[in-house]
Amino acid sequence: MPFLEIKNIKTHFQKKRGGFFSRTLDTVKAVDGVSIAIEKGEILGLVGESGCGKSTLSRTIMQLIPPTQGEVILENENLTNLDAEQVRQRRLDFQMIFQDPYASLNPRMTVWSTLKEALSTRHGNLNHKELERAVITLMERVGLDHKFMRKYPHEFSGGQRQRIAIARALAPEPKLIIADEPVSALDVSIQSQILNLLKDLVNDLGLTMLFISHDLSVVRYIADRIAVMYYGKIVEIGETESLMEHPQHQYTKALLESVPKILSTD
Amino acid sequence: MPLLEVNNLKTYFHTRNGIVRAVDGVSFSVEKGKTIGIVGESGSGKSVSCYSLLGLLPMPPGRIESGEAIFDKYTDLLSCGEKVLRTVRGKRIGMIFQDPMTSLNPYMRIADQIIEPLRLHMGMDKGSALKKAIHALDEVGIPEPDNRITMYPHEFSGGMRQRVMIAMALITNPEILIADEPTTALDVTIQKQILDLIKKRQKELGTAVIFITHDLAVISEICEDVNIMYAGRIIERASATELFANPRHAYTRSLLKSIPANQTKGEKLYTIPGLPPDTSQIISGCAFRERNQIGDQSKCLTDSRPEFKEIEPNHWAQDCPGCLS
Repeated sequence: MPFLEIKNIKTHFQKKRGGFFSRTLDTVKAVDGVSIAIEKGEILGLVGESGCGKSTLSRTIMQLIPPTQGEVILENENLTNLDAEQVRQRRLDFQMIFQDPYASLNPRMTVWSTLKEALSTRHGNLNHKELERAVITLMERVGLDHKFMRKYPHEFSGGQRQRIAIARALAPEPKLIIADEPVSALDVSIQSQILNLLKDLVNDLGLTMLFISHDLSVVRYIADRIAVMYYGKIVEIGETESLMEHPQHQYTKALLESVPKILSTD
Repeated sequence: MPLLEVNNLKTYFHTRNGIVRAVDGVSFSVEKGKTIGIVGESGSGKSVSCYSLLGLLPMPPGRIESGEAIFDKYTDLLSCGEKVLRTVRGKRIGMIFQDPMTSLNPYMRIADQIIEPLRLHMGMDKGSALKKAIHALDEVGIPEPDNRITMYPHEFSGGMRQRVMIAMALITNPEILIADEPTTALDVTIQKQILDLIKKRQKELGTAVIFITHDLAVISEICEDVNIMYAGRIIERASATELFANPRHAYTRSLLKSIPANQTKGEKLYTIPGLPPDTSQIISGCAFRERNQIGDQSKCLTDSRPEFKEIEPNHWAQDCPGCLS
């Protein structure tokens, strides 16, 4: 039984078009019939261009956008049938990491209050001492010095900020993490640090991860399997190496060809 | 005689927390029709050096402390003053920025923005400027240019907007094009189109290109000569083929090693320990010493900044024994 199963998900948006009297509704099919199954402990890479629907898909899985049709099944429970309150409870099990840590952290909250808030969603009755211990553990887990607990996001570098965002995602002890372009905004040298951290976390904490990126070399490195998305549909899915070496679909081939390569000889 | 020769450029920012030495003695030259690349992490000073050339820095807090930038034999861009600079910027030296959404004016139609340089620098009348603008959009591959030109930037996709920026930067046939991370915000497939487009237009017009990016793979595809910047200085320079086949400086080697594409799957990615040095502190000795794992840290210079030398024919690097070993 897969850990997360997505069955024939469709997320359509209505778009207004035309003048006041001749108004018609266009349907934008952002996600158009996607089925994926992710096993426990697996990292599934999701690649595609902007506008192909990969972020809409991730938000549909998170139940942030209701799907037009289809089911999201997490550990045998159909999330699409739950009401808002139950979804909020279940959402502790799946957390998100976003691309831009500058935008996704509250600039007016210190690391301490950000993490404290995230921790108390799962453990509402911790006292100050216990909370402090939990925050310290979290910060060390993601490679941050706990001395920086009282600092604000703007006092950190981009890489450190992404670490805070990761710590916040880990705080409610999730089982599934959806990472939406988590390293795209970072420099090469910082990028490798964050990738190492994510891989360690998945191994040590037994997490399952959906890793969304447009950077194929990053996905190739981190993912066990890759799904290629194009215009709201999954056009190809397979084991990382076989997909990279022998792409079947025309679009996957085009995508692989356009990746710039370093022309080194060794 | 190179088209542009920058010598010992120093740009400092005088902030409340002290002097930030963003660019600390940078020299490079650009030959006609050639492409040079400037690579570095954020904060290494790559953008600031190019902004200094065109007088685009906010001053204060920025200040150009020393140096010269001789453009076309006679004009020193750093000391010529705003009036002369205006005849150069946007006409003889064009620029493309990273984010086409913020560099295009959202309130103006594409037409009005794209004919502005023609009206200003060439004194063309509106009709013929418009004709030329439509032609320019056609050349960068925008379908139905006569129709699209009346639209606003938000009606274009990211890749299309970057095409508009390229058309706009090249419309006056500049001798130099400065491209500051022009593809960083774009998808891989679009990135390839834009890189191909820049190459194609460069060939047709004979423009020299200064390409700024942090992406080594992009640099290796487009540039002839590569400069690696670290903490406000150039630490290594060679032709792209030489640099990627035979990187000498420890920083360049570490960068190449930390790219996921160069790594076997399952193994831990190599990471450069620590952070780039704080350029508001005076750096004595080798700036990379603290983070140097690949070379021999113990041999790094501690008392004087390493000299930038030609260590092999046409291969320059900072001459620090620790970083080169």
